Amino acid sequence: MNQPAKQFILTIEGVTKSFDGFKAINDLNFYMDEGELRVIIGPNGAGKSTMLDLITGRTRPDRGKVEFGRDTDLTALNEYQINRLGIGRKFQTPSVYVDHTVYNNILLSLEGSRSVWSTLFSRTTSEQRDRIQEVAKTIGLADRLEAKAGFLSHGQKQWLEIGMLLAQNPRLLLVDEPAAGMSDEETAKTGELLMSLAGKHSIIVIEHDMVFVRQIARTVTVLHQGSILCEGTVDEVQANERVIQVYLGRKKRGDTP
Amino acid sequence: MARTSNKREFLVLALAVLVGLVLLPCLNAYTPADSSFHISTFTLSVYGKYLCYAVLAMGVNLLWGYTGLLSLGQCLFFALGGYAFGMHLMLLIGKLGQYKADIPDFMVFLEFAKKYPATGGLPPHWVPFKNLWFSLAAVVVVPAVVAAIFGWLAFRSRIKGVYFSILSQALTYAATLMFFRNDFTFGGNNGLTDFKVILGHGVNEPVTKRVLYILSGVLLLLVYLFCRWLASTKFGLIQQAIRDSENRVLFSGYSTAHFKLLVFVLAAVISGLGGALYVPQAGIINPSEMGPDKSLEAVVWCAVGGRGVLVGPILGAIGCNALKSYATHAYAEQWPYILGILFIFVTLFMPKGIVGLPGQLTGLKRKWLRRTAAADLESKRADKVVTP
Repeated sequence: MNQPAKQFILTIEGVTKSFDGFKAINDLNFYMDEGELRVIIGPNGAGKSTMLDLITGRTRPDRGKVEFGRDTDLTALNEYQINRLGIGRKFQTPSVYVDHTVYNNILLSLEGSRSVWSTLFSRTTSEQRDRIQEVAKTIGLADRLEAKAGFLSHGQKQWLEIGMLLAQNPRLLLVDEPAAGMSDEETAKTGELLMSLAGKHSIIVIEHDMVFVRQIARTVTVLHQGSILCEGTVDEVQANERVIQVYLGRKKRGDTP
Repeated sequence: MARTSNKREFLVLALAVLVGLVLLPCLNAYTPADSSFHISTFTLSVYGKYLCYAVLAMGVNLLWGYTGLLSLGQCLFFALGGYAFGMHLMLLIGKLGQYKADIPDFMVFLEFAKKYPATGGLPPHWVPFKNLWFSLAAVVVVPAVVAAIFGWLAFRSRIKGVYFSILSQALTYAATLMFFRNDFTFGGNNGLTDFKVILGHGVNEPVTKRVLYILSGVLLLLVYLFCRWLASTKFGLIQQAIRDSENRVLFSGYSTAHFKLLVFVLAAVISGLGGALYVPQAGIINPSEMGPDKSLEAVVWCAVGGRGVLVGPILGAIGCNALKSYATHAYAEQWPYILGILFIFVTLFMPKGIVGLPGQLTGLKRKWLRRTAAADLESKRADKVVTP
């Protein structure tokens, strides 16, 4: 499974992070290929969100390395610097700019300069306008561009946030529980959206809903007590004795094979 | 729709400029004192101070309304701008003071000549303020530098929300205590006062008061136009985005600390300019002007007028101060209670302030109409039941 010679987009090696003595992440090793869509599951407190915090610079590991691409050390950078490298993150609760229109939400997320001066004096180009249209179409909000984001439904807010990530054209997308609080239909649509993005982008999805996991997952990583329990296809993972013991056996969610 | 509201805004703005900047000064200058249209120089000067307060409130709004940073110390910057210009005015007094000395009276009284013999009693940092242009530059630079240092430390350490508010209040309180001290060389308790001349004219001459009033109006107009422009840029969008979801902005690659720092410095400069024009009209600047209570008042003006809307702080500052002028005559003792009740009332029942009132009223009217329509329908139904 681990071939250091290969070109990974994300390398996490020997990472440990504790909060007040509690080891949220414990000697974690995680590798991901460019263009992959990876789903991470695990019981509450397994360290899933902490792992995203470590990748995006929200917290720093106590030890170990987190590298992006060939040799960019993420542990030395802060949130906005990491984002500028091409790592986008969607939060668990939708965080969009509620007082701005859908159009402006996407506009602020478009790739391009993030400096204070450029925001004072830059004008929106026609290419940028086209790109906003394109992103809005991808997330199914093309006819809601002038609506205030605060008036969107929960599901639409989630899609808008994914769209805001897409507008940045990131190499790696981190998506935390995108289907939480969505209807079955919305969940299915979200799954299709994420699958259509794989290949163009590398994507990590954290999810609880096993129906959804089944829909989108090629490779599933199971996290338990801050380290990786096993990795494989959905069927392999669900057949794994230890997984059944610590996770699926204890809390069944959705369908089991 | 955007175009019609733009047109309306332009008309209102033009009307305000016409009345405020042309009509009122003309009524002061060209009508006889016994005419009922006459506006006394005293009244005009009071209005001029309101305009300066409105500039201060614009600064508060830029921070609180647009960026979500509630600064409870904005009067510090107002007072710093005021002190910077007040120092120049002090040095213009020259031998016209009580002690007929070259240095301001309080320096004679405090025997600064012994402390600073090389400059004849004038503390060295006062010397450049003899120059008008240096003083005007200081009006901008001093608040900007203080804001930049405080802002850099606060935003770099990610101090947010109520913690930021408390720190800003502590800062202005600390500054008040410092300025109260006589050996801080800014006149201590009494501050800077007894100005005699400004640019060769007596400070109390009607023409001086009129010009100061007009300058205050022009400053307010320029600040308004600047804030309007700022809100229309991508920077303005990011400001509001920080207010609504700072994390999203940070995780979208923007260094929110830099944006907040620039807003904080801009707001300080705006407030400082307001203070500089306030001082010659008020005739005095002392440490109580930067007290935490004054900064709280500025926040109340903003809330009353409507935050997050450009004209909100202007309406709030002028309205509240007009009310204050009246109330401190009529009910001097109760004024703090009136102000407090006003703030609570506005926060609870008028979240968008005066600016949001028309919208609120039409909303209420619609609700009422719907209710009466429903009641009508109900009674008609009841009629039908009764008739057979």
